[in-house]
Parts: sequence; C-alpha cells; structure tokens
Amino acid sequence: MIDLAEPQAISRRKFLVGTGATGAGLSLGFSFSSAEADSNWAQKSATPEVNAWVVIDPDDSVRIRVVKSEMGQGTLTGLAQLVVEELECDWDNVSTEYPTPGESLARNEVWGSFLTAASFGIRKSQKMVREGGAAARIMLIGAAADRWGVPAGECSVEKGVITHANTGRTLSYGEVATDAGQRTPPTEVPLRDPKDWKIAGKPIKRLDTEAKLNGSQIYGVDIKLDGMLSASIKACPVWGGTLVSFNADAANQMPGVRKIVAIDGNAVAVIADTWWRANRALEAVEIEWDLGENANTSSSDIDNVLNEGLDATEAFVGNSVGDADAAIAEAAQVVTSTYDYPYQAHATMEPMNATAIWTPENCNVWAPTQNGQGAHAAAVEAAGLKPEQVDITKVHLGGGFGRRQSNDWLRQAVLIAKELPGTPVKLIYTREEDLTQSMYHPVTKARMTAGLDENGDITGLKMRISGQSISVFSLKFLIQDDGSDPLVFQAVAPEGDFQISYGFPAVHVDHAMRNPFVRPAVWRGVNINQNTIYMESFMDELAEAAGKDPLEFRRKLMSERPRHLAVLNAVAERGKWGSPSAPGRHQGLAVSFAFGSAIAALAEVSVTDGELTVHKITAATDPVRAVNPQQIEAQVEGSFAYGLSALLYQEITVADGRIEQDNFDSYPSMTISDMPEVETVIIESGGDVEWGGVGEPTIAVAAPAVLNAIYAATGKRIRSFPLSGISLSEV
Amino acid sequence: MKLNVNNRIFDVDAEEDTPLLWVLREQLELTGTKFGCGIAQCGACTVHIDGEAVRSCVMPVGALNADEKITTIEGLSEGADHPVQRAWLELDVPQCGYCQSGMIMATAALLEENPEPSDEDIDDAITNICRCGTFARVRKGIHLAAELKKA
Repeated sequence: MIDLAEPQAISRRKFLVGTGATGAGLSLGFSFSSAEADSNWAQKSATPEVNAWVVIDPDDSVRIRVVKSEMGQGTLTGLAQLVVEELECDWDNVSTEYPTPGESLARNEVWGSFLTAASFGIRKSQKMVREGGAAARIMLIGAAADRWGVPAGECSVEKGVITHANTGRTLSYGEVATDAGQRTPPTEVPLRDPKDWKIAGKPIKRLDTEAKLNGSQIYGVDIKLDGMLSASIKACPVWGGTLVSFNADAANQMPGVRKIVAIDGNAVAVIADTWWRANRALEAVEIEWDLGENANTSSSDIDNVLNEGLDATEAFVGNSVGDADAAIAEAAQVVTSTYDYPYQAHATMEPMNATAIWTPENCNVWAPTQNGQGAHAAAVEAAGLKPEQVDITKVHLGGGFGRRQSNDWLRQAVLIAKELPGTPVKLIYTREEDLTQSMYHPVTKARMTAGLDENGDITGLKMRISGQSISVFSLKFLIQDDGSDPLVFQAVAPEGDFQISYGFPAVHVDHAMRNPFVRPAVWRGVNINQNTIYMESFMDELAEAAGKDPLEFRRKLMSERPRHLAVLNAVAERGKWGSPSAPGRHQGLAVSFAFGSAIAALAEVSVTDGELTVHKITAATDPVRAVNPQQIEAQVEGSFAYGLSALLYQEITVADGRIEQDNFDSYPSMTISDMPEVETVIIESGGDVEWGGVGEPTIAVAAPAVLNAIYAATGKRIRSFPLSGISLSEV
Repeated sequence: MKLNVNNRIFDVDAEEDTPLLWVLREQLELTGTKFGCGIAQCGACTVHIDGEAVRSCVMPVGALNADEKITTIEGLSEGADHPVQRAWLELDVPQCGYCQSGMIMATAALLEENPEPSDEDIDDAITNICRCGTFARVRKGIHLAAELKKA
C-alpha cells in the first residue's frame, strides 16, 4: 500500500534524465587524517570490482558494498550476510564499504535507493543484494573454469575456494577476481532456498562492534580534515521566523573566531578553530529576529485546532467497510473515547552535524545521513553546483530514528562551508539546537466510537484522526490527488504493509488533516505509535464494556488475519496470559501490523503507591524471514526502550512559537533502571510473501501493552501522554 | 597547562573554562569520548579521573592538573581487552554505539568500586542515556564483565 521507495525511485529517474549522468567519482584535492579510517574514498584500492556489490582483493579479503545507512539497526551486517550467503566466501574475510551517491549517479543508480527509512533497509533490497552476490559467485566460478579449460558445471565453491573435483585443482576467489570482473554478468541468477542458508538467517555477530568498543568508530562528529574549522549555529527560535540583524562585535574578539555569518536568512553561524570556541562566540552574538506569525501560537492553540478536527464534517477516508454509522446506531451499547498524542523529538545521541568543503568547482560533504541521494540533492542545491560536482561520503550514524532522513542540517553545513571556499568546516548542533530545531513526531488526536450488540460483539467501529500529516511537510510525493496522506493510516489501513488488526463487521477510519506550523517528519514507526495506542487501548475498553477477556475479544475478530493472530497467540502463550508471574503484577496485550511485519506484546507491570514498574514484556514479531535473529532481538529491545521513553517521559510543547524542551533535563529519556526484561519470539512465516521490516514495527506494541496492563493494575485508563505528571494511583 | 591523559603528559592551550571533553576531542584528537548534551545528563562523555567516572562535558580543564590521571576509552586497556570491552564484544552490546564509550567507562568505574554489582546497584550507578535502547544487553554485559574480571 504505502511504498516510500517507489515514488522516490521514479522521481530520481526523472532527475537523471533531466541532468544526464556524467563523469565518474570526484578526486579530492586534500588529504585526510582521522577520517581516513572510515572513508571509503581513501580506502578504495586499485582492485577492480567483481560487480557493483563485491570487491575481492588478491589476499581474498572481500569488501561488500552497502548503500543503506548503518545507524545501529544492524542493516550493514544483515545485508552483508545476504550477499555472502550467495557469494559463498569466507565470512571471516568480509568487510563493508559505502559507495557514494555521486558514484551512484555516475553509474545509473546501480545500487538502487540509498534511503534507509520505513524499515526497508533489508526488506526492500534483499533480492537485489542476494542476486548481486549470486551473480558474483557465478562469474568467479566461470573465471576459474575458463582458466582450467573445464565446464563451469564441473566446479564447486566453498568459503571462497573454487575446486575442480575431477582434477583436484583449486583457485581462491582472490586469484580469479580480476578475470571474473571482465565477464558478462549472468542473466539467470537463481537464489538459495532460505532453508539452506548458512550465513543469512544465523545469529552471527555484527561486523561493526569492535570499533565501537575502543573509541575508533568514526561518526560524523568525529570527522577531521586538514585545515578544518568548526561551526556552531543558532536558527530563529520560532520556525518560520527570520533573521533581522546581528551584532558580532564582541564575538569577533573572542579566541579562535574566523567568521560569523548569516545562513539562509534565518540563522547565524560562528566559524572558529574549535567547535567549543565557535559555540562560546555564538552565545556572545546579539541577534535580532523577526519571529513571524508563528510566535502567536502555543500548544493550547494547537490543541484547539485538533479538537475542532475531531468534529469536522469533512475528512479523508482511509478505511471503510460496510456502514459503520448505521451499525453503531443500531447497537445495544455505544462506547466512545478520545485520545491524544504529543509532539516528540528524536534526540539521537549524536547531535545533527555535517562537514563540508566547497570550491567553485566542487563540493564534498561528510555526513551521517539516512538518505544518501536526498543528501546529495540537498548539497547540490545548497552548493549551487552541478550534481556531478558534488558528492557525499556517508559516515556511521550515532542514531537516526528518522531525523537523519531530512537533510536541513546538511544544507546549513554546505552554506557555511561556502563562506570559506576551500576550507573544510564541520557544523555540529548543540543539543539545544538539535531539540528545538528538529522535525517532530506529528501531533494527533483520535475519537474512537464503537457499538456492541447484546452479546458484546462489535457491530461497527469508527476512528476519527485529527491532526498532522508528515507527508504534507516532508514527504510530498506521498500526498494523493485529493490531498490525503495515506501514511496517516499506518496500522489501521484496509490491507497491505499496515493492515488493521481486526475484521470488524463495519469500520470507518478517517482523517481531518490539521497542520500546525511545527515541522513534522518521520520518527521511528511514526504513525503506528499513536494509532496502535488508540486502537489497542480502545479494544481493551470495548472488551471491558462487553465483559469479555481482552485476548478472546480480539481473537474473535482475527480469523482472517492469520499472521496477526499468530503473534498474538505467541505472546499469550509465552507470556502466560491470565497467569501473572507474581502477586501484584498485572498484564496487558497489544497487537499490530506495520512495515509488513505482524507484532504483538504482553506487558507485565505493577503499580505500587502510584509508582509504575514495567517488569517484563514478551514480544512476538513475524518479519516473514529473519536474517539475523540476535539482531532482531536487539531491535525489539531497543524499539521498546524508544517507545517506552516516549510513553513515560517525552513531550515537545510550544510556547509563543518556541519549542520549550531543549535538553535531556527537560526532554528526558529512559535509563537502565526503567528497562523491562524483554523476551522475544521470532516467527518466520516464510512463503512467497514480501519480507517485513524489523527496526520499527515492534515499537508500536510496547506502549499500548503497558497502558492496558496499567489499567488492569489500577482501573485507570490513560488517554493522554506522556505518563510523567499523571497520577497512577488506583481509581 | 598540562594534562595527564592515558598515561601521557600533554601541553594544552585552551581557555580555562573549556570543558575537558572538547580538549580531548579537538586538541588531543581523542574522539572516542562523545558529545551528547553538554550538561552532564546523558553520560556519553564519561571518562575516568583517578579512576572515578566523570562527565567531561562539564569539567573545566582549568580545574585539572597533571597529577590527576585522566583515562579515556582509548586508554582503558591495551588491545581493547578490558573485561567490560570483552563482555560487550561477547554480547554484541552496541547498536549505533555512540553512547557506548561512556557506558563502558561508567561500567568500568563501577566494577572497580563494586566488583559484583546487583541489578539494583546497576540501576543506581549507570544513569547513561542510550537512545538505541541497548539496556538489556548492557545489564547482561555488566554481570558478564564482573565474572570475567574475577577470573
């Protein structure tokens, strides 16, 4: 249904036709120092590739090309596993490298989309990379067979050593890689049946762990180039406002300061020899802003706009089966509840940053971006150069969660570098800038209404969503001809990757789009978070009104949702639904479907003197195929921490147009003491079904399972978030 | 001023109020210690000063002298074989990894003071933020590191 990849690919192709793909990679006119370790530019050897995905050096070391960004989710390792599974080389010889968007442009997008979002890092490119590995294997064997003058069919390979059984001769991949690269790629590339996998599907260790234990992993903030300066930036505290003037007299006298500049008409940046000095000087710049009309808006105004949308007559319909109005009108009992969900920031551990060097001839950027081609486009525009004059070197991300899909910060870095042609400049946001100039999880409310018949069965259900569309602001290609945004209906859509969990006799889900000025964007799972809270909390409310067990109540509506039902059953069984593990503990359930994966959770909590403890969450996920089970477990645990931080603590509010939360003291994030035990059941339903995602889907079920367990513990139904500040005393 | 970092004496030219974090990162090129918040909330900048875990983003260098031994993630061990690093490797703890230098340094300091921390001790002592949510493996890693350290 909602496919982020395809529209992007189409627009990209149009772009290519329009500009023409010319010229191979750029050469850099300066040397690296510590950035060298992580820069594929510097590492590239003279070894020709076997194909776009595989480079094998004479010493048999294998470099796998990965275009998806590694931001902690393990995609780098997972994609390498899939390539190596088909390539049949020795895993111990494998490393990875990032091609650049510039290389991609010059090679007609041979690696497809770089965009690493919507949980499709693996699911949307698995076939492509497996075929890349398999094609390389066929070419390597072909090269060996030709050298021996024997049919390729008489040769076999194991761990990168090709054997001709009849004569006992062997050649290693490294010995034939150059010849293999000269061969015509095979047209038929059969793939291994997953049941025969030896590398893929196994819980093997990540490729990038060691560097993260000794300080040697280079992130964007760690880039160092010869002669590099650093910059700190402050944008207008109200989005939409502009810079009127600034007085830098005092700041210019401060140590290390090189230049103080206006950026984009709405920000001031200080460039200095160190970032600390740049930031100190920035604090001394006197800035006059025109705050613009948004300075009149506060959270209560936004709340009013969304409340109006709850009752609006016009709304975009996202899912409609039967006549829900009639079904509810005829019901014996009607239940209605209104929920709301706040703005939230991503707060990646690594603040936004990018390093750029600009000359009138070219521009190179080092950036932790989730969106390689988007970063390239943003840099091209900011640099005022041709696409082939600009390139992006990706570096590992210190967290992404969707914030690094947008490249607003990268644009600023290029504009700053442009102020000092030929000098590399690294822009790093303060945490304050990172949180107040973010693009946030959108704000919505939902009014849930359902009818129950005499037997307590649902006759029909209505869900009115009022609030923000992220697509209108940051993913315009998703907006439909009628102006609607299908992304709003994540986890409550009629079919596809975000299918609603229940086969209601009648259902009507619609969206009154209300777009406050606060910039929204993707955020781990985005709309599955609140939509699953709305639906799963309300399902428990209905079960209670019907006097039924929440598990049985759900199951009855899931007969045509076998994958949804399987994960729900899995958590009920493994988590021992109905039998909490200790006195005083209470359980709650949630199920959802997102990014092609079915997910469920069973939470066990206790509430003592109003204090909540989440003891354990049993999770189940069915991503169709599991490429690395131990990393899936890590993603489930991590998504729960992210989702529970949001549920427990996190809210972005607006006062007179300004974001009020600017650091981890006002925007808290959970620590180890809040982390529940997590047990994960992985279900591989397999078959000829498109794979589901892993990084995001499970985030949806942690919060509603905990909320339902809190209700079981206290009788208190919470419909507004976060929980901090809400009394959990028993009703 | 002079600083003793990872058993080497460095001459540092910085304003006295410059946080140790930025001297480490920008002048000594020890970038393993990370900037996360600047207000001692997140712990990504944790280093040891005379064996004690300190959040370097709020520690002015002017308050330090060369008699105080500063240890960063780069100097925690030779060959990354400190028990905490070995445990982290065994359990594949990091995700994005950005907070892990601080997490490892905080854990190493804890184990010096308390060789067998209970879960409650861990809850009290390890207050570092990890947005990827590696906490479950961090907890297992601390217990494993405690075992490895005894062995």
